[in-house]
Amino acid sequence: MAEGLHDSDVKNPVLRWVDRRLPVVSMVQREYGTFPTPRNFNYFWNFGALAMINLVIMIATGVILSMQYSANTLLAFDSVERIMRDVNYGWLLRYAHANGASMFFIVVYVHIWRSLFYGSYKTPRELLFMIGVVIFILMMATAFMGYVLPWGQMSFWGATVITNLFSAIPLVGEHIVTWLWGGFSVDNPTLNRFFSLHFLLPFVITGVVFLHIAALHITGSNNPLGIEPKGPKDTLPFHPYYTMKDSVGIVVYFMVFAVLVFFMPNALGHPDNYIPANPLVTPAHIVPEWYFLPFYAVLRAVPNKLGGVALMGGALVILFVLPWLDGSPVRSMRFRPIAKWAFLLWTVNFFVLMWVGGKPAEQPYILIAQICTAYYFAYFLVILPLLAKFERPLPLPASIAEAVLKRRGGGPLPAGAAAKPMEKA
Amino acid sequence: MRRIATTLKAAAVAAVLATGVGAALAWAPSARAAEGHDVIQIPDTRFSFDGIFGTFDRASAQRGFQVYKEVCSACHAMHQLSYRHLTQIGLSPAQVQALSSQFQVQDGPNDNGEMFERPARPADRFRRPFANDAAARAANNGALPPDLSVMTKAREGGADYIHALLVGYEEPPPGVTIANGMHYNKYFPGHQIAMAAPLNTEGQVTFADGTKATVDQMAADISTFLTWAAEPELEQRRAMGVRMLIFLAILGGLAYAVKRKVWADAH
Repeated sequence: MAEGLHDSDVKNPVLRWVDRRLPVVSMVQREYGTFPTPRNFNYFWNFGALAMINLVIMIATGVILSMQYSANTLLAFDSVERIMRDVNYGWLLRYAHANGASMFFIVVYVHIWRSLFYGSYKTPRELLFMIGVVIFILMMATAFMGYVLPWGQMSFWGATVITNLFSAIPLVGEHIVTWLWGGFSVDNPTLNRFFSLHFLLPFVITGVVFLHIAALHITGSNNPLGIEPKGPKDTLPFHPYYTMKDSVGIVVYFMVFAVLVFFMPNALGHPDNYIPANPLVTPAHIVPEWYFLPFYAVLRAVPNKLGGVALMGGALVILFVLPWLDGSPVRSMRFRPIAKWAFLLWTVNFFVLMWVGGKPAEQPYILIAQICTAYYFAYFLVILPLLAKFERPLPLPASIAEAVLKRRGGGPLPAGAAAKPMEKA
Repeated sequence: MRRIATTLKAAAVAAVLATGVGAALAWAPSARAAEGHDVIQIPDTRFSFDGIFGTFDRASAQRGFQVYKEVCSACHAMHQLSYRHLTQIGLSPAQVQALSSQFQVQDGPNDNGEMFERPARPADRFRRPFANDAAARAANNGALPPDLSVMTKAREGGADYIHALLVGYEEPPPGVTIANGMHYNKYFPGHQIAMAAPLNTEGQVTFADGTKATVDQMAADISTFLTWAAEPELEQRRAMGVRMLIFLAILGGLAYAVKRKVWADAH
């Protein structure tokens, strides 16, 4: 082997020539071929791959849409309608992009839920989890700015409400809002910069996603038992086992996506956004997209504007310190008899917040939002720290392989025996 | 047995989550309906385009266009549509050509720098009834007749709402005072609408196909036409969706079979 070249074991001479100079083939083989992966994933472990695919779909459809879209307050609404009518399959691109945003949040919410239930945020994966939270926040910013682009009534008024939140910051708040708007109200400069940022941020997200994956491939994946693999018996090569299992999930994901795009493309949107933006007419009720509703509910639960903004921000930022709030060494909620129920209640609580976020800001909804907000934070700040001290977890299995074989209901697997296929739990 | 129990448990957790997401999504629209405090039930109308396999009744859409042309277009623009689009609801290119040439549209400037009127071509957008919004307001007691291009997508209830609104005019109930120039409509949010009942007498429009032009019939036809105008891709979209789901179901079956084979010795 020549000096300074990578030691490649690729057979194909052309690929080998490339691989010795730039070992991409080796890398893919190492990280996605033979990569040792816990053998006991359930289908919740599909959602990382689904999020990746969703990001690719959003960028692909978005880049093509941007070729037809005009980021100008006088043209934006009509340019979107032109895409729907006169661009070949423009309706498909736009509906896939708009509903793709909803799909992205469904996928990412399940992904985060998986992480919270199986304790994937605990050591050594704290940074992996925190990078994930960064991706989530970037997604929210991107989705918000994307919703402004069609320049309908909800675009305009949503942008007005959300950017106005910054005015709650003492002393400099008003100046920050003027700076964000590029003027003294949401107007053409605002639309222009939102379009620019909406185009930029997905590529920032892509970069952070690579950090997320890089960190994942250092620590390896968590698994439903929450115990580390102790040897080769506990793992399987990523390919073909998890490439195939992910493929099943991807098809199911596409079916849900297809139902939304082809049969109910506007079900998750708001009719008011088909009315062109009008700064002189305020809609009866300004509601954000469904995926923001839980946080919107937290915002409105506080009668004080600054307090509401701080708490809404806190609802996201608290995830950054979650690895240190939950001191229990047991990761998976399967072995935490009390924390499991506290967390499932937190999950229900999250849906109640989502529901109440879409209701008008009046009683009894305000009271419900306040109770739910209290539980949202209490779970992180009180329940998890206390349970770490007082909860007695169930005994953990000795190894992943042992747990898997025990569930088979027999002794050790004889080499080469054709075991009956098992549904993944 | 244990294995089955675990599988069931996991399925239950997934089902609870899915139901949660589904319920939250289902709640979102009802949350909107509740915003108006005074909740108005919009009656459900049966349309040809209802359901997954529904398509536009071409005859109804054409009658609806006639209602638009003879009644609505006096005040309401539909500036997203061109005359050429009408071939999609069954008009021949020659009919569209003849139809568009009935309208005078402004073009220019010509070589002398002057704007001029000419007969519309199929590629022209539907002619707007007013030069601008101010002119529209001036002619309508200060109210602006909205553009109808995407109206069924821009109102909660869609075509059902349009139909209900057009047949929902009645005398105000006792105790309700109507502002000057306003009209009572039982399906309009707030019940006071600036538009006078546009479809008010049977036979207001004479349909070429002999369909009796009752107010309800005209309202249903214009709702069909407006739904087509707002979602001209609807039929193509649903047909593609059905094919897509069949394809995905087969692909999913194959993927699952391969997955089970791959995993057969791994459990």
